[in-house]
Parts: sequence; structure tokens; C-alpha cells
Amino acid sequence: MQLKPAKLINILFILFFAVVLPVGNMLGLVSVNSISLWGRYFCFAIAALGIDLIWGYTGIMSMCQAFFFCLGGYCMGMHLLLKATALQQQLLPEFMTWNDITTLPWFWEPFHGFVPALVLSLLVPAAVAFVIGYFIFRSRIKGVYMAIITQALALSMYLLFLRNETNLGGTNGLTNFKTLLGFELHKPGTKLGLYLVTLAMLCVAYGCCYKIVHSKFGKVLQAIRDSEPRVGYTAYRVLHYKLAAFVVAAALGGLAGMLYVPQTGIITPGRMDVKASVEMLMWVALGGRGNLKGAVIGALLVNCVYSYCTSVFPQGWLFILGMLYILTVLYFDKGFLGLFEKIGSKIGIKTNSERYATGSK
Amino acid sequence: MELLLKINGIKSGKWTGPKWLWPVILAGAVLFFAVRVATDSSGTYVQNLFSGISLGSILILVSLGLAIVYGLAGIINMAHGEFLMIGAYTTYSVQVFFTNVLHVQSSNWFFITALPVSFIVAGLAGLLLERLIIRHLYAKPLESLLATWGVSLILIQTARSLFGDLTAVKLPEMLAGGWRVNENLVLPYNRLFIIALTIVVIIALYRTLTATRLGMQIRAVTQNRSMSACLGINTKRIDAMTFFIGSGLAGLAGCAMTLIGNVVPDMGQTYIVDAFLTVVIGGVGKLLGTITAGLGIGIFSKVLEAFFEAVYGKVLILLLIMLFMQFKPRGIFPDKGRTAAD
Repeated sequence: MQLKPAKLINILFILFFAVVLPVGNMLGLVSVNSISLWGRYFCFAIAALGIDLIWGYTGIMSMCQAFFFCLGGYCMGMHLLLKATALQQQLLPEFMTWNDITTLPWFWEPFHGFVPALVLSLLVPAAVAFVIGYFIFRSRIKGVYMAIITQALALSMYLLFLRNETNLGGTNGLTNFKTLLGFELHKPGTKLGLYLVTLAMLCVAYGCCYKIVHSKFGKVLQAIRDSEPRVGYTAYRVLHYKLAAFVVAAALGGLAGMLYVPQTGIITPGRMDVKASVEMLMWVALGGRGNLKGAVIGALLVNCVYSYCTSVFPQGWLFILGMLYILTVLYFDKGFLGLFEKIGSKIGIKTNSERYATGSK
Repeated sequence: MELLLKINGIKSGKWTGPKWLWPVILAGAVLFFAVRVATDSSGTYVQNLFSGISLGSILILVSLGLAIVYGLAGIINMAHGEFLMIGAYTTYSVQVFFTNVLHVQSSNWFFITALPVSFIVAGLAGLLLERLIIRHLYAKPLESLLATWGVSLILIQTARSLFGDLTAVKLPEMLAGGWRVNENLVLPYNRLFIIALTIVVIIALYRTLTATRLGMQIRAVTQNRSMSACLGINTKRIDAMTFFIGSGLAGLAGCAMTLIGNVVPDMGQTYIVDAFLTVVIGGVGKLLGTITAGLGIGIFSKVLEAFFEAVYGKVLILLLIMLFMQFKPRGIFPDKGRTAAD
């Protein structure tokens, strides 16, 4: 049996992260912290997959992915906080007592159960995206306008979440989580488990996205990216397709946020400001737009560089990030994967993704 | 009114809808406000209105440059707010230069000098950005958004390492105090100055666009790039000049903003999203649209802030804008006819 190089890369990726790292951890070679760090990167990679779907494949630049990420995160955070509060035999989370709130706000009620919280952290971002997306796409806002409107939305939601009156913890966000389904969050075993769950979810999300972009639906999305009016002329309901892509992307963002919160133990509005969303776009641009592997690789790569740089020379990180933005856009339009493919095709290797060449404008 | 109707389109020339519509709406609004002002004894209403207008005029100053660049090249410059920051830091540097090197005691002169200097410095920075980066990205508006965002990160971090986190510019003596209308109502001179500056800038820009050769060429390139090139206009030069003027206007806005606030590295970020919205609502490359939208957003924010918290005002404004876009997706003054096609 002969393996295609692309499949081989996938299998190597999974083998490395699902077997080598955990075994290394059990042998004491890899610390729990770095395992947990990788778990967080996988969350970002899931969110990046969503961006790739909406931006790389559909050509819509959405600047509020971090907002959807945080919506999912807050849903999970509310559940964890309620559990922690119940464990301490209190009625209300601590920050509410400080804000003189006596009864639990109504929108906290559904988050007592684990399953409802799980479902809601996917449904809430999707529903919000549906409403916003419907109004945006209905009025045929696109291109730069779309980017600006979603950016303004991200900003105003960020400001809203900063307030104490929204009963979501204000600037400090939600923190002091204790347990998830009875497992204590700070224990190494739980961290390893969460890491593996996140890795599995990343694989599932990748698989789903792969199915989507290679289905007829995905082809229509790419057609919309390349020439929206023509798709409209051939009697496709462009609005429905764009809306569906936007909702799926938001749900992926929510999934990522949901997995992120138990691993970091905190979610604050700082995660959803405009910068965060633009950074997510950056991951995808750097890894390679219109290429699912590119999104994953970009997210992992930028975050690795981030962790490294902030610990070695914290002042320089913004310079590096800024230069990355500029260089990516100016010189490697298709990101790192595009660069590799270019080199590959020069020396005569045909990769899988090249055969499904996604010529973006 | 004649003037307003004329400024309407740097792109399509004239407002082609019913001619009486906008004057009637404007007159109605003016009448409404006049009645409210006349019946307002405590002065808070006028105060809100006034701060709304002054916020609006800052927005206009910031957005005008953004709007002409967007109209010309179709790209949104995310680093536009940082030119505002450059203008503010230029003002600060001029102040330091005047007090420490020239030993001028009066704080009036530095500000008068800083106005043109900040325009030129920010304009040159914009020119540099255009030459180095944006020139390569005119065909790719969304990518240029990311690249200019990177530029903005670099500029903010540079300012932070050069100037530290917080610096303030002394208020010039001539702008201290305010115009005492009655015992409840004082209109500060610095805000009045900003409004006056905005009016001067609008008139100057309008004159430049309509009455000079450069302005005519800018309008021509905005309208039809390839045709202008055929007729011998050096479009690359026009792009660069437009970028210079646009960035310079942001620098001027930054200079004006030192009158009402501190100078901080990320001061541009505070206004930039509002400025984007102003451009979006105003319509592509429309001066009158930008002016109306800027004033509208400014007044709405301040009036809404009086009723709600500032944050809710902002959220509400965004909702209103999204609602507005349902009816007028191409801005207040959309292009009519063949130029309107994508």
C-alpha cells in the first residue's frame, strides 16, 4: 500500500501529538505545562479552521472570530464557575456578591448542567452569527465593509463584556474554576486528558472542514469567493451559502473557546478585542489561506513563536508580529504552505493540495 | 446649501435625487435643535450637543483622509489612526523643542508651529508607507488591511519605546478658558478651536479638490483610473499625493487632539473604528457623506451617552448603523448610474 505524502503528514502529525508527547510526559521528559500549552494551541487551531472556512474558502473577511471564540469560552466558563461555587457551598459566584447581586441572573440558570453548557457553547455563537450574518449578508455588505462592520461589532461587544452590569465578571472575566465533571482541573491527569480531548476535537473539526470544502457545498463557497455575481446568476442563493459558512465558522470558534477555558482556567474580555480577531486572521494568512492544513499550521506556528518571543524578549514581540503581517501579505501571499508548494513544484513534487489548487485572487 | 450640494460627490458630481430632500431634513434638524436649545434652561442639552459636535468634528478630521484614500484606491488604511498618533507626538516634540531649545515661554507659538509641522510629518510618514508597502497592494484591499494593521502595531510599539507610556501637551494659553454663554453654560475654547479647524480643513480640502489641477486629477483618478492614465495623468503620483494629504489630515487631527486629551501610543485606536464606520456610512469617497456621518455619529454618541452609559450608547449606535445599512448599503450618498456597478 502506498501512502500519499499528504496523508503521511496527517498521520505523522497525529502520531507525534497523540502518542509521542503523552508518552514523553509519562516518562517525565515533557512537562505538563507544555502539554497544556499545546492543548491551548490546538484550540486556536480549531478557531483558525473556522476562519479559513469563512475567509480562505468563502472570501469573507470576518473580524469577529475572537468574539465567537469568547462566547463559547464564556458559556463553558459559566458552567465551571457555577460548579466551583456549588463546591464551596455558596449560592452565587464571588464577583456577583461584590456587585450586590442577590439572585442568579436568568441567563446563568441553564449552565448548571454540563450537557446544556456544552450544547449552548456551540449554539450561542452559532445563533449570534446567524442573526448578525443574516442582516449583514442580506444587505449585501461585503469586502472591506464587511471587515469594518464585524470589527466594530467585536469592539462594541468587547466594551459590553467589560461592564459589570452584564453580570459576566467585567474586566476580570470568569476564573477560579475547580472541577470539570468531577475531575480537578489543576491535576496533571486532567490536563493531559483535556489535551487529548482537544487534539481529538481538532482532528474531528479538521475532518468536518475537509468534508465541507470538498463537497458540492464547499465548491459553491469557493465559487462565491472567486466571483460572487456569477454564482448568483446561476441561481444559487448566495445569501444562504454565505450565512451557512459564517455560522459554521462561528460554531468552530465557539468549540475552540469551550475547550480553551478549562485549560487556561480564565476567560476575560481581553481575549475578544479587535486585536485578537485580527491576530486570528494572521494565523490563517501566514499558514496559507484556502488550505485547511495552512490554518492549523499557521495557528500553531504563530503561537509557538509568541510563547518563545514573549519569554525571551517581550519588547520585541509586537515588532515581530507587525513584520510578520507585512511580510506575509507582501511576499508570500499563500502563506508558508504556498511557499513550500512553490519550492516543491520547482523540484518536481506534486502535493495533494496542489491538485485541488485553490487559486485565490 | 449650494456649497453642501456641491461637495456631495467628489466621485459622481451631483446629488441626483430630489434636490429639496436633504435641505428639508437639515432645516428640520436645525429647527428641532433650535427649539430644544431655546427651551433648555439648565444648559445640559446644549452642552451635550456641543460636545457631540466637537466629537463629530474630530471624527470628520480623522475620517476625511481615510475617505479620500478609500475613494481613490479602495483600500482601508488600518494604520490611519497611527498617523493621528504621529501628529500628536509631533506636537509634543515641537513643544519640547520650543521650551527646551528655543526657551520660548509663551505656549501659543509652539502650537501654531505644530499645526503645519504635524501635517507635514504625518503626511511624509504616509507617503513612506504608500511607497514601501501599499503601492504593491492596490489590487488587494483585504490583504492591505492586514499589512497596514501590522504597520500600526509597529508604529505603536515604536512610539511606546521612544516616548514612554504617557505624555501630555500643555494647553496653549490662548485656548485656555471658555466662552461663557450664561452661568450654566461654558463652551471651552479648545473645543471651539477644533470645530473651527475642522471647518477650515473642509473648505480647504473642498477648494483643493475642485479648484486646483491636483484636485481635478484626484477626482479623475477616483472616477476612472485607466481612463485618466490614458489621458496622461500620472496615476502613481496622484496615489502618492492623495496618501500624503490623507495622512497629513490625520496628523492635523492628532495635533488638535492634544488639546483635549493625553498623548498615548495607542490613542489612534480609540477613534479608528468610529472613523471606519463614518467612512462606511458616508459612502465611498464622498466628502459630504463623511461630514454628515461624522457629525451624526458624534452627536448621536453624546446624546445617547446622556441617556445611557457610554458603552451602551456605542452598542446602540452600532445597531443603528447595521439597521441603516439594511436600507442604504452603499452609504448615505450612493453612486447613481453606471459608476454604481461593482
